[in-house]
Amino acid sequence: MTQSFIENGVYHTNIAARHKRGQRMKWFYMGSLLFALLALVALMLTIINGAFGLVAVTYDVQPEEVTDRPLSDLNETELTGILLEYQPNRMLVYIRDEMSRVASDQFVTTPLSRAIDGDVPEAFVDNTITELSSEEQAQIVATNLSKGTLIALIDRDILKPVVQQSWELQESLLNRAEINSIVEDQYPMADLSWRSWVNSGFVGNTLSNTPALTGIRPALIGSIYLMLTTIAIAFPLGVGAAIYLQEYAADNWYNRIIETNIRNLAGVPSIIYGMLGLAIFVRVFDDFTGGRTILAAGLTMALLILPIIIVNSQEALRAVPWSIREASYGIGATKWQTISRQVLPAAVPGIMTGTILAMSRAVGETAPLIVVGAATFLTVDPTGPLSRFTALPIQIWYWTQQPNDQFRNVAAAAILVLLVLLLTMNSFAIILRNRAQRARV
Amino acid sequence: MATTMTNETKTKNETTYAIETKSIDIFYGSYRAVHNVSLGIAPRNITAFIGPSGCGKSTVLRSLNRMNDLVPGARVEGEIMYRGRNLYAPEVDPVEVRRRIGMVFQKPNPFPKSIYDNVAYGPRILGVSNRKMLDEIVEHALRSSALWDEVKNDLKKSGLALSGGQQQRLCIARTLATEPEIILMDEPCSALDPIATQRIEELMRELQTQYTIIIVTHNMQQAIRVSDYTAFYNIRKEDQNGKETRWGELVEFSDTQDLFNSPREQETADYISGRFG
Repeated sequence: MTQSFIENGVYHTNIAARHKRGQRMKWFYMGSLLFALLALVALMLTIINGAFGLVAVTYDVQPEEVTDRPLSDLNETELTGILLEYQPNRMLVYIRDEMSRVASDQFVTTPLSRAIDGDVPEAFVDNTITELSSEEQAQIVATNLSKGTLIALIDRDILKPVVQQSWELQESLLNRAEINSIVEDQYPMADLSWRSWVNSGFVGNTLSNTPALTGIRPALIGSIYLMLTTIAIAFPLGVGAAIYLQEYAADNWYNRIIETNIRNLAGVPSIIYGMLGLAIFVRVFDDFTGGRTILAAGLTMALLILPIIIVNSQEALRAVPWSIREASYGIGATKWQTISRQVLPAAVPGIMTGTILAMSRAVGETAPLIVVGAATFLTVDPTGPLSRFTALPIQIWYWTQQPNDQFRNVAAAAILVLLVLLLTMNSFAIILRNRAQRARV
Repeated sequence: MATTMTNETKTKNETTYAIETKSIDIFYGSYRAVHNVSLGIAPRNITAFIGPSGCGKSTVLRSLNRMNDLVPGARVEGEIMYRGRNLYAPEVDPVEVRRRIGMVFQKPNPFPKSIYDNVAYGPRILGVSNRKMLDEIVEHALRSSALWDEVKNDLKKSGLALSGGQQQRLCIARTLATEPEIILMDEPCSALDPIATQRIEELMRELQTQYTIIIVTHNMQQAIRVSDYTAFYNIRKEDQNGKETRWGELVEFSDTQDLFNSPREQETADYISGRFG
C-alpha cells in the first residue's frame, strides 16, 4: 500500500505508557475509597470513645448499704422494700407520678379505683390514697411498677449517684494509673467504675439535667413519630408527582422548567425549609397543626425530602425499559394498567432506594427542627402527631452545647442510638426492596 | 393458497378485507414519514411488508393498531378501515383496537414475570380473575403458540429464563390470549437463530388458519416462504430549497409469487434481485 500511519509514526503504539496511565488512575480511585473508609472508621471511633469509659461516682447512700446483691437481681417486692425503708413518705408521690389518671389536685381525694391506672387490691378500691398506710401504698407500687422504673427511682431518690468526673475510652484504657491517682486525690469517697453511657436506663428514661441520669426516650419516640409522619406524607406525594411527571406530563418547556426546579430544590439548604415550615405550618396553619408539633415538623421534613423522592423515583421510572410498556400497550392494556402492573413494580426497587436516602437525610436533620421549634428539654413522651416533641439530633446538638463535660459522653451515646435507629430503618427498607426485587424473578 | 388465487377472487374479497388503509399519510410532528399508502389485507392470510430501511414499513404496521399513538407528535391522515369503521375516528378507543389487533415485536419482550403470568396478563387486564378459567386460557394460548409441551412443567419459571425463540413464542401466546383477529409482527425473527426462525415460521402457518397476520421482514426469503401477499415499500427523496426530504411509499402490492417472479415495477425488480437495499 501507499502509506502506513503506523510506519510513519502518526500512531503511537506505546502500549506500556497507555497502561501506565490507567494504572495511575486505578491507584487514585483506590486512594479515594481508602480515604472514605478511614474517615468512616475515625467517625465510629470518636463516637465509641465518647460513649464508653471510666467514671468516678459518689453516692448519697453507698449501694452496698442498701443491698448486698446487684439491684438488677432483686424482684419488684424487694426493690419496693428498699424504697419503703428509705423513702416511706414518697410512696404516694411515686403512685401519683407513675399511675395517676386524674388531675394532681384531685388525686388525693379520689377513690383509688378511679384515681389510678393499674391493679388495686379489692380491699382498697374505695379508699383514697391518703387513707392507706405506707406499707399498703408500697403494695400497690410493687404490683404495678416495672423493675426498671423501681431501679430508676432508687437511683434518683436513695443512691443519688453523682458522676464527679468521666474519662473517655481511650484515656480509660491507656492512663488507668493516672486516673486512679486523680480519683484518690480529689474524690476519696468515689467509686471508680466502667460505664457504658448507652444503657437500658439511657434508652428508657426521660430527659434530665443530670448527665448520669438522663435518658433519651422522649427524643427517640419523637424521632420515630416524626419519621412516620414525614414518610406518610412525602412518600405518596413524591411518588405520585414522579409518576405524573414521568408518565403523564408532556415533554414541553414548562414541564421541563418544573423538573429542573425540583432538582434544584433538592439542593436548597435545610434551614430554609425550616423557615418555610415555621411561617406556614406553625403560624398560618396553626389551627390545623397545633403550632410547634410533630405534625408541623413532619410536614416541614416532608417538604425537605419531597424533591429527593421525586427525583429518585423519576429516575427509577425512566429506567424501566420501553419494551415492557410497549408489550403491555400492545396487548390492549390501558395507561393506568400499564403503569400499575408493569412500570411501577419494575421501578419499586429504585423508588425504595431513593426513599431510603431521603429518610436517612430526614432523620439526621437538625436545622429545620430547631427553626420549627422542637423543644430541647421535654420530660413527657409525645403521644401523637399533635404533641410537642424533641428529636434525637436536637438532643445531640443541645447536649454538645452544655458546659458539663459529661454531656459530651451523653451526646456520644445519643449518636449511637441515632445510628442504630437509622440502620434499623434502612435495613427494614432494604428488606422491603429486596422482596420487591425477588417478586420480579 | 394464494398462488392459486386469481384476480377475480381478489376483487371479490375486496369488500371483506380484514383491514384496509385508504391513502394514508403518517406524520411525526411536521415530518411526513409515509405518503399515500392504500392497501387491503386479506383475512386469514399472511401479508409481508418488505423494503429498505427507512421506507416506512414498520410505521405503517404500527399505525394499524394505533401503536404510533404512543409516539408524541405522531398522527395519521386518511382512513384505516376495520370492520366498517375508521380506526382513527374520534370515538374509537386505541385500547380496544390493540386488543383486537395484537402485536409481536422485533426483540422478544416478555414481562419480567413467570411464563404463566405473562400469558395471563391479557385476560387479567380484561377482568378475568377466576383461576380455573385463567389456567384454561393460558394452556390454550400456549398450545396455540406451540410452546405448551416445552413449558407445561415450569409455568412458574421466569419468562426471561427461556431461549430467544421460546420467548418470542411466549410473546405470541401472550398476544393470542386476548383473542385478537389480526396479529402484527414487526421483524419477529430478526433476533433469532435459523432454527428458532423456522419454528416461528411454521407457527405462523398454523396460526394463519384462524388469524390474519401481517409481518414486517428484512428477509426476502422469509417473505417468500411464509407470506401469501407482499407489499414492497421504497424511499422517495425530494429536494426542497436545497433541503432533502425523504418519505416512504408503497410501490407494489400483490400476490407474493407474482411480486417475486414477475414484478410490475422496475424498482421492485431491482430490490428483490439485490441491486440495492
